[in-house]
Amino acid sequence: MHFGPHLLLAALEGLVTSAVLALTALGLSLVFGVMRIVNVAHGEFFMLGAVLAWAISTAISGHPAVGFVAALVIAPLLVGLVAFLAEWLVLRRLNYNPEGTIVATIGMLYIIQQLALTFYGPEARPVEPPLNYRILLPWFGYSGYKLSVIAASAVLLVITWLVLTRTKIGLIMRATQYDRETAQAFGIPVERVYAGVFAIGAMLAAIAAVLIVPISQAHYLMGQDPLLLSFIVVIIGGLGSLRGTVVAAILIGLSDGIVSVFFSPTLAKIIATLVVAMVLVFRPQGLFGTAAR
Amino acid sequence: MADKNGFFDLSKSTLSRRTALKGIVAGAGLALAPGFVRYSQAQSSAPIKIGFQSHRTGIGAAYGRWYEKTSAAAVKAINDAGGISGRKVELVIEDDGTDPARGAEVVGKFATQHKTDIVFGTLFSHVVIGSAPAAGENKIPYFVVSEGHHVASTKLNRYVFQPGITDVKSQIQSMAPWIAANAGKKVTQIFPDFAFGYDHRDYLPPALKAQGADVIAQIAIPPTESSFTKYFPQIPAETEVIYHVMVGPAVLTFVKELGEFYGSQRPQLFGFIDSLEAVDINSPGLEFLDGSHFWEGSPRYAQPDDSAAQKAYRAAVGIDDNGAAVGDPKDVSTAAHMFGCWETLYVVKKAMEDAGYKGPEDRAKLVEATEALKEFAEGPEHPQGPKTFNGKIHQCFGIQNISKVEGGKLKVVHKTKIEDGLYEPEGDYTTQAL
Repeated sequence: MHFGPHLLLAALEGLVTSAVLALTALGLSLVFGVMRIVNVAHGEFFMLGAVLAWAISTAISGHPAVGFVAALVIAPLLVGLVAFLAEWLVLRRLNYNPEGTIVATIGMLYIIQQLALTFYGPEARPVEPPLNYRILLPWFGYSGYKLSVIAASAVLLVITWLVLTRTKIGLIMRATQYDRETAQAFGIPVERVYAGVFAIGAMLAAIAAVLIVPISQAHYLMGQDPLLLSFIVVIIGGLGSLRGTVVAAILIGLSDGIVSVFFSPTLAKIIATLVVAMVLVFRPQGLFGTAAR
Repeated sequence: MADKNGFFDLSKSTLSRRTALKGIVAGAGLALAPGFVRYSQAQSSAPIKIGFQSHRTGIGAAYGRWYEKTSAAAVKAINDAGGISGRKVELVIEDDGTDPARGAEVVGKFATQHKTDIVFGTLFSHVVIGSAPAAGENKIPYFVVSEGHHVASTKLNRYVFQPGITDVKSQIQSMAPWIAANAGKKVTQIFPDFAFGYDHRDYLPPALKAQGADVIAQIAIPPTESSFTKYFPQIPAETEVIYHVMVGPAVLTFVKELGEFYGSQRPQLFGFIDSLEAVDINSPGLEFLDGSHFWEGSPRYAQPDDSAAQKAYRAAVGIDDNGAAVGDPKDVSTAAHMFGCWETLYVVKKAMEDAGYKGPEDRAKLVEATEALKEFAEGPEHPQGPKTFNGKIHQCFGIQNISKVEGGKLKVVHKTKIEDGLYEPEGDYTTQAL
C-alpha cells in the first residue's frame, strides 16, 4: 500500500482509539479532579458497560439499531447506579481517604471482574452494530460504524463540556473541585456532588464501552487496556483538566494508530509510556494541569 | 433422673491426670485403627486422581470450559464402564489463568498438595512450555492437549506427552499440498506472536516450498491485541492466500475487520479454526468467511459420513449437529480441539492398565508404558479417527480435516492421511533418565 492511503488508514484507526479513549479518560479525570480519588476500578465500569450492552441488545429483538440505542441509554444508567452504590457503600465510609480509596477501588476491580466472569462467562460476545455500512475507498474498505463512533464521541465530549461550563450542576462541580470546604460553607452538598460525579465518571466509561462493543466484543477482561491508557492520558493531560484530557487522548490515540501501523504496536506502547515518564519529570502537573495547591 | 453414683457430678470426680491421658491415648488408637485399615485398601480402591490444569480464566477461558465438559464426559464414560483397573477416576480441577507462571504453580500443587496421579488437559502452548519443567521436577506425568509442536520437538522432558491431538508441524505438512493445489501459491501468514504462532511461522514456509508455493509475508500479532485493521496494510497486494491463525477473545474482530478491509475483493482465505473456536460461524460480520477454508481437528458440524463412534461421542459431550451445546445454540463448542481430551483420557487408561499402575510410586512405569504404545484404532475411545503414536517423541499422528464454509456451516471437503503428516523425529525422550 502507498504512503498516502496507508497514513489515512493509520489516522482513521488512531481517531477511533482517541474517540473512545477521550470519553473513558474524561470519566477518570473528572473523578480525580473533583473527588481527588484514583479510581482503579474505572476500567471495570467500562467492561460492565460493554457486558450490559450485550445483554440489553440480545434481549431486544428487531433491527440491531433498536437494541443498540436501548443499550446506549440503559447500560450507562445501570453502570451509573452501580457506581453510585459503590460510592455510598464504600468510598464514603472511607472518608475519601486517598490511600484507602485506592485499595478499595482495587477491591472493586476484582469484585466486578469476577462477578462478570461468574454471570456473563469467559466468552467474547459480539454486539451487532446499528449500521453495517462499509465505506469503499479506492485503496481499502473502512467500517462506516467506526466513523460514526468518532462523530458520536465528539458530540458527547461537547455536551460534557457544555454541562461543566454552562450549567449550574457544572458550576457546583467546579466549585467543589476548586475548594471543597469553601463550597460546603456556601451550602453545596459536597457528599451528594461526590456521589454524582463518581456515577457520571463511570457512565462516561460505560458510554465509551457501548460505542466500542460492536467493533471489539464484550469480554470480562476488556477493562485493563482502557484503564492503563486512561491513566496515561490523564497524567499527560493533567489530572482534572478536561481540555488536557481530550488533547492527550487525541495525541495518544493518533500516535498509537500511526506508530502501530507503520512500525509496531509494541513500539507505540513504549512511546506512550516514555511520554508519561517525561511529562512526570518535566511537568508533573501535566500539560494543562494546574500545580497542586 | 437420679445420679446416685455422682457419675455426672464433676465436683466429685476422681479423674486423675493419668487416667485422662490413658483415655486420650486409647481413644486416639481407636480412631486411628479403622483409618489404618482403610489406608491398606487405598492401593486398590481409592480413586485415581487426575489433576486437570484448566484455562478457567484468562484468554483461554472459552477453551477451558469446553475442555472441562469433554473431560467430565470422558471420565463419566470411563467410570460407567468400570474405571481404570477397576478404580474410579476423579478429576481435580485447578485454574491456571492461561498463564505460564500460574501453570507451573498449579502443576506443583497437583504433585505435592493434591497428590494427583498425573496432570492433564493444558491447551495453550505458552502454558505447556511454562509448566513442563515443573512436571519434570516433580516427576509427574503431564498429558497435554495442546497441538503445539513443543512436545514433539523433544525440547521439553520425558514426563510430557501429547497422545490425543496432532501437532502443528504435522498438521501443516499434511495440508500444505492441498493449500498449494487449491487455494494459491503466494501465501501471507497472520499468526499470534507467541509459541503456537511460531510453530506456524516456522513450519509453513518449508512445507509450502516443497509444493512449489511461497510464503511472501509473515505478520505477527500480539495475543492480547483487540484491533487489527492497522496490520492489514502489511499484507502484500499480490497475496493469493491469507493463512490466518488467531486465538483469544478478539478473533471475531479480526475476521470482521478483515472483511471490512477487503470486502468481496478478497484473496483466498485459509484459516485454522482456532480463529473461530467457540464462535458462531453465523455471527454478524462473518458472512465474509463464506467460501473460505478451515483446518479442523474434529469437525464442528455433524457430517453425513460420521461414524457411530463420532455420534456417540457428540451425544456424550452434549453437542448438537451444529457443534453447539444441546439446548443452547448460542453456546458454540471448541469441537476441533476438545476431542483430544476425550482421547487422551482413554490413552491414560490404556497406559495405566498396561503398566499395572497402583499409585504415584508407579509413575515411571506409567511413562514407559505410554512410550510403548504404538497405535490407537478408531472407535468409541478415539472418535476423531485412527492414530499412531511415536513413543520417542511422545506425540500422536492422525488425520486432518479441511472444511469449507458453505451456507453457514462447515463442510469437510478433504481428509488427509496419517502418512501425510509423518516427519523425521527430532530427538528421543526415551534416552532421558526417569
